[in-house]
Amino acid sequence: MYGWIWRTLPGGLPGKLVGSVLLLTVVVALLFLVVFPAVEPLLPYSDVTVEPGPAQQSAP
Amino acid sequence: MNDAIRTGLRGLGQTLITIGVVVLLFCVYELQVTNLITARAQDRLGDSLSRGWAEAPRQGVPGSGVPGQPPPAQPVAAPALGNAFARLYAPSLQGFGSRVLVEGVGVEDLKDGPGHIPTTALPGEVGNAVLSGHRTTYGAPFNRWDELRPGDAVVLETRDTWFTYTISGSEIVAPTAVEVTLPVPRQPGATPTKALLTMTTCNPKYSARQRLIVSAELSATTPKSVGKPPALQGA
Repeated sequence: MYGWIWRTLPGGLPGKLVGSVLLLTVVVALLFLVVFPAVEPLLPYSDVTVEPGPAQQSAP
Repeated sequence: MNDAIRTGLRGLGQTLITIGVVVLLFCVYELQVTNLITARAQDRLGDSLSRGWAEAPRQGVPGSGVPGQPPPAQPVAAPALGNAFARLYAPSLQGFGSRVLVEGVGVEDLKDGPGHIPTTALPGEVGNAVLSGHRTTYGAPFNRWDELRPGDAVVLETRDTWFTYTISGSEIVAPTAVEVTLPVPRQPGATPTKALLTMTTCNPKYSARQRLIVSAELSATTPKSVGKPPALQGA
């Protein structure tokens, strides 16, 4: 996959480097701004309150 | 045939490496970025709190009470959900400083700072004021709450008053132990006579298996006009 991306990026070596950095930035931004905040509630360590039971797990 | 296997293995290797890098980035996000998010929220809330306290007319100004008598005990107005309404100090924990308390313990509230359960008593009020906060990530306000010992002080600063609570003990309970948040903990229906403070966070760190409960009782009420309470002097 990475080989295909590298071959597909235009603009010779400088263009490929710039393109790679741009792609990487977009992917990391997506992860940090969208994916990670969405995944986080699935992890246990935000649960800090006491709750009446498994029926009411909406609040942390 | 060999080429096909080689291509397949290369694809598998790249996929696994990619997954590993993404997981590492997620750790960076949880352990570093969430702290930055909370630090920014705390700055913002701290500013709005200071501004609100400076602008709003003080309760019990001279003339509002009976002449010649001290103003009546000053109740804290119930804050709106998500708003900052008090500061929390733990002078026995070196380097803790203070945190801005928000009203509410929803997921988004707790990203801003430790939260106060809206249905429970307010700072200084008779009953049980319940606070919840992150043990890890998002500024981890209650990270070191296991280090609080009986006799240590926790101070709540509201607009007009310092409320000093003295730790009475801590315990580990099941996540469903809602009885610790009752006005008189573990005694449903009992009429409270003491002003208690109960703080909950997760235990052990990075787990939701149990809750750490730290209990405290109001030991001093100091009007801000008098100055800082003894627990915060020298800090």
